[in-house]
Formats: sequence, structure tokens, C-alpha cells
Amino acid sequence: MSRLAATFAELAEKNRKALIPFVTAGDPNPEFTVPLMHAMVGAGVDIIELGVPFSDPMADGPVIQRASERALAHHQSLRTTLAIAKEFRKTNGHTPIVIMGYLNPVEVMGYEKFADAVQAAGVDGVLTVDLPPEEAEECTALLKARGVDPIFLLAPNSSAERVQKMDVIGAGYLYYVSLKGVTGAGHLNAADVEAKLAEIRVNTKLPIAVGFGVKDAETAKVIGNLGDGVVVGSALISQIEANLYSPAQAKMAIIELLTAMRHAMDN
Amino acid sequence: MTEKYNKPDARGHFGVYGGIFVAETLMPAIQELNTAYQHYMEDVEFIAELDKDLQYYVGRPSPLYHAERWSNQLGGAQIYLKREDLNHTGSHKINNTVGQALLAKRMGKTRIIAETGAGQHGVATATVAARLGLECVVYMGAVDVARQSLNVYRMKLLGAKVVAVESGSKTLKDALNEALRDWVTNIDDTFYIIGTVAGPHPYPAMVRDFQAVLGREAKAQCLAQAGKLPDTLVACVGGGSNAMGLFYPFIDDADVKMIGVEAAGDGVETGRHSAPLCAGRPGVLHGNRTYLMSDDDGEIIETHSISAGLDYPGVGPEHAWLKDSGRAQYVNITDDEALGGFYALTRMEGIIPALESSHAMAYVTKLAPTMKSDEIIIVNLSGRGDKDMQTMAKREGIEL
Repeated sequence: MSRLAATFAELAEKNRKALIPFVTAGDPNPEFTVPLMHAMVGAGVDIIELGVPFSDPMADGPVIQRASERALAHHQSLRTTLAIAKEFRKTNGHTPIVIMGYLNPVEVMGYEKFADAVQAAGVDGVLTVDLPPEEAEECTALLKARGVDPIFLLAPNSSAERVQKMDVIGAGYLYYVSLKGVTGAGHLNAADVEAKLAEIRVNTKLPIAVGFGVKDAETAKVIGNLGDGVVVGSALISQIEANLYSPAQAKMAIIELLTAMRHAMDN
Repeated sequence: MTEKYNKPDARGHFGVYGGIFVAETLMPAIQELNTAYQHYMEDVEFIAELDKDLQYYVGRPSPLYHAERWSNQLGGAQIYLKREDLNHTGSHKINNTVGQALLAKRMGKTRIIAETGAGQHGVATATVAARLGLECVVYMGAVDVARQSLNVYRMKLLGAKVVAVESGSKTLKDALNEALRDWVTNIDDTFYIIGTVAGPHPYPAMVRDFQAVLGREAKAQCLAQAGKLPDTLVACVGGGSNAMGLFYPFIDDADVKMIGVEAAGDGVETGRHSAPLCAGRPGVLHGNRTYLMSDDDGEIIETHSISAGLDYPGVGPEHAWLKDSGRAQYVNITDDEALGGFYALTRMEGIIPALESSHAMAYVTKLAPTMKSDEIIIVNLSGRGDKDMQTMAKREGIEL
């Protein structure tokens, strides 16, 4: 069983939901990320999504775009993101890591070399935003052969047929994007999410993490009641942006927010 | 060729290039568009309406003009210009926007978005949106807004909202990113008119099909005027829509050489250029696999060209396929050489070309003298130079 599957199984047994923070690797500087990851685990997160900085993050809103730009200013890349994962793994053998990014860095590295590097770094899942299942066969086969879970996005307007496709090609969990739009946008409508998740679950047994629009402890609790996991990204990165001259302060604010989310989701 | 050219396949692949590489949130919209496009391209009424608009609104057919004086001066091949500069709005871009806007109307969309580099596609989009009474938002890199202020003003006059994009390199690629973000947010009522033969399937095929009218005309006009097919086609390539429009109807005519001219900027060897086919590598950006300018980490490199319309790190996937298959050749022309082409056509024929098209003209000045006087080059004069007056005047140290 993969580390991701094991994590969701264990959570289900305890009737808890996964708290999944997303941070861009190397934002605001390369030294910031590994200690932050350990601190987030201390605050009770279950899985960590690490964003791979990319020059053209087409599906991301302004907050995550700027995170990418800050990291790129320090020459962060797919290779350095994997190095960060590897460093984290040295002292944490249980928290799953998912890397999330765009396809071009993977294309340039080469699919096979990428799959090897991901496995060697101790990464558990790969979410490639602009690689839909239609084009993903070759890459997912290489990842699965190495015990790495390919993770796919689902949208409010994804058809039942597409959910079935993701169920076959995906593993670990499915990431339900709860809003039409880019990351960090708008407000969640819990009733819409609930109805859509019920539809999705007809076609898949994979756990479903819900993201896009989770801003605070309250929304985390609402979403936690509906899905199997809650992804929070822009709200955390906003704390980095608000404390650019004091990364220590940013870290404290992130941990505070995650602690509040964990508390709200568990009670 | 024994088999008729029939790319792309049903999933939008030109060999390994093309395809649909977008976030899941865009997939339903792309499928909806593809269904509509496949349907209406076979719809007799739709085609009749399109043909009528191309004739009476755009002003087609555009002439194929024998540039005799320039041909004699260069002392080689006979040069024929496909006069897309004479279209309404001043470039080939309107062929595509008229087509896509009709499609948007049939699909019941009320809002149009577009990206633009030089502003020609933005103007062509704002124009058709005004005519059909559709809301229009055009995304344009802040750098391009500054260097193409005349076109920005034209778009605003036509009722479009022009959004200056401040992210990334603030040029065409960033405008495309921002337009994609808008589309994913407003997917129900919005139609995204992409201006070139790039993007996720069906855009590369659809834009080519709308632009192919210029190539079909050129072929018939050449046969009528010169009594034979041309020997060589020349067109500038940024995303590559004017080149695809010219090349496509000739792909099965194996004796007709096809040459795409990329922007070498300060020179390909300096790294400051926009020539992915000549000096890039395959990758994935903006929904398709193609040649791109990216570094060893797969990050997209900032491009450079004197012409905003060629300042793009990617290129249409069909060009990538034509290059790999050897059916077309791709060469490059520097900023300085392009200026030479600009002045040559202006002074020899009294036609001021766009800086984009000037790259093709500059290549013709090199190529024509190497050919025989009974050989024919058709070069696509894809746009007129009015929009570039400020850029040119500034280079000459003149305040307008």
C-alpha cells in the first residue's frame, strides 16, 4: 500500500479528515521550506503538497503566481523541489509528499528520468496540472511502476465519464477543484460541493480532497465534513507574502492558521 | 505524395505535437468548442455566412501582387505578394476572428476574450465583437501596451476593454496565461478567440482552417496569373497562423517549397530571440506540445523581437511537425535584417509592411537572387506597417 493510501486508510479508521497544506517550494527562499514542512507536520497536517515553481502558472491566481516568481528569483526548479523533498524525508518517513506543478519541466527532464527522480526523493504523489488523463498514459505508467501515485484534478463541470477515467488512471486521491476559476479565487458554496461530491463518489472509491477557496478554520471544517481531505494553499501563501521581511513571522502565522484548521476539523 | 495530408488526428495530434494539455477545469469547455467546430465546419449555412463576411466585410479575395520592380532589382525569382495587409483592420488576423466570432454566436456565447501581442489580433477581435454586439476583453502584456499604443487606442475605440498584463515577462505569453485564467473563471458565457495556430486542440486546426482561405486564393491566383504553381512560399512565423494559412493548401504539392521565417532578435547566438523552431526544444505550453524556448529546468525563457507579434516562446504544433518531417524549412531573420526588409518593400514597391511581415520580406531579399527569373516566390504580406510607425520613428530618432 502506498504511503498516501495508508494515510487515508488510517484517517478513515479514526474518522478524521486529511489536512493538506500547499506551499510553493523555495518561497520566499530555498532555506525556508524544509523547516516549514516539519513544523506543519507538528501542527497536525497529514499530507504536504509542494508546488514546483513554474514561469507560466496558467491555472493559478495571483497569490500562487507571485510565490512562483519569488521562488524562481532564487533559481528554484523541479530539481531543487525534489531535493527539498529528499531533505525532508531524511527525518520524516511517514508524512506523504505530493508534488504539484506544470508539465514542461517534466517534459524537459524526460518522463523516465522524472519518475526515477521522484521515487528517489521519497515523493508519494505527482499532480501535473496541465496533463489530463487523455495525454497522461505514458507518464502515469512510469510513476505507478515505481509506486508513485498519479493524482488528477476534478472540476465542478467534469462529467461522470471523466470521473470514471480518473478513477482508472489516478491513484492516492482525487483533487476536487471546488470552484470554476484559478487558485485563491472566490468563495465556496458548501451545498454545491456536497451535491457534486455525492455524484463523484458514484464513480470512484478513491479518497477525495477538496481545494480552491479554503480560507480559514471555518471553511476547513465545512469542507472537512464533505470530503476526505481539505487542501489549503493561497491562504497560507498569503501569510508568506504578508511577512516577506520576516520569514519567521510568516512561519508562525502559517502554523497558527493550520493549528486552528486542525482544531476546527477535529471538533 | 500518395496519401492526402490529413493531420491532426481526432485528438489533435500532429505526430507527437499538438494535443490537449490543459487543466481539468478547461476540459469541458474545450470539448464543447471541438464539438461545435466539427459540426459547423460541415454546416452549409455556416460556411455560406462565413464566405459572405469574408467577401463583403473583410474584403476578400486579397490581391496576389507581382512585385515586378523589386523582383528586377533583386535579379532572381519573380516575387508575388499575398496582400493580407489590404484586409479590413490591416492584417490576416481578421480571417480567423470573423470565423471564431460566428462560431461563438452559434454557440450562444455573449462574451469574447482574446490575447494579443502586436495588437493586430486584438483589433481584429474587438472589430468583430463590435459588429456582433458582444462584450470584449483583450489581454495584452504591459510591455506590448507601451510599444503598440496605437492599436490599444483602436481597441478601446471599438468598445473593447484592454487589460495590461503585469505578470512574467509582460508580453504575449503572459497575455495568453491571463486569458486562460479568465476563460476558466467565466467558462459558461465566454468564448476565447485564440489568435494563432497554437493552444489546445481544436485551436491549431481551427485557426489554420479559417486562415487557409488566403492560401487557397493564392494558389488559384498564381495559377491564373502565372500559369503554374509557385516554387517557394515564404511567411513569417511567430505562433504561425499566417504561415499555416499560406502553407496548408500546398502541403500535398510536394514540389512547392515552404519556408517559415522566425524572429532572430539580436541574433540566435545571443539567446535574445524568438526562434523556437530554429533554436528551441520540444515541450508543453499553453495547451499543446511543440517547440519552445525553455531552459534546462523547463522554465520558459523570455523572448526578444523588434516585432511584438513574433515575440512568443512557442509556435503552432503543426509547424513543429512540418519541421521534423522536413516538409517545411525554418530560417531566422534578425531585427536589423527585418528593418532592411521593411525599407526595401517600402521604397521599391510603395508598400509599408508590418515589422512581422518584414521578416519574411528580409528573407526574400536573400532568397530571390539565388533563384532563376522564371521561378516564383509567393511571400505573405501578412499585415501593414501603420501600427509600427511609432517604433520606426523612435528608431530613427524622430518624435511623432
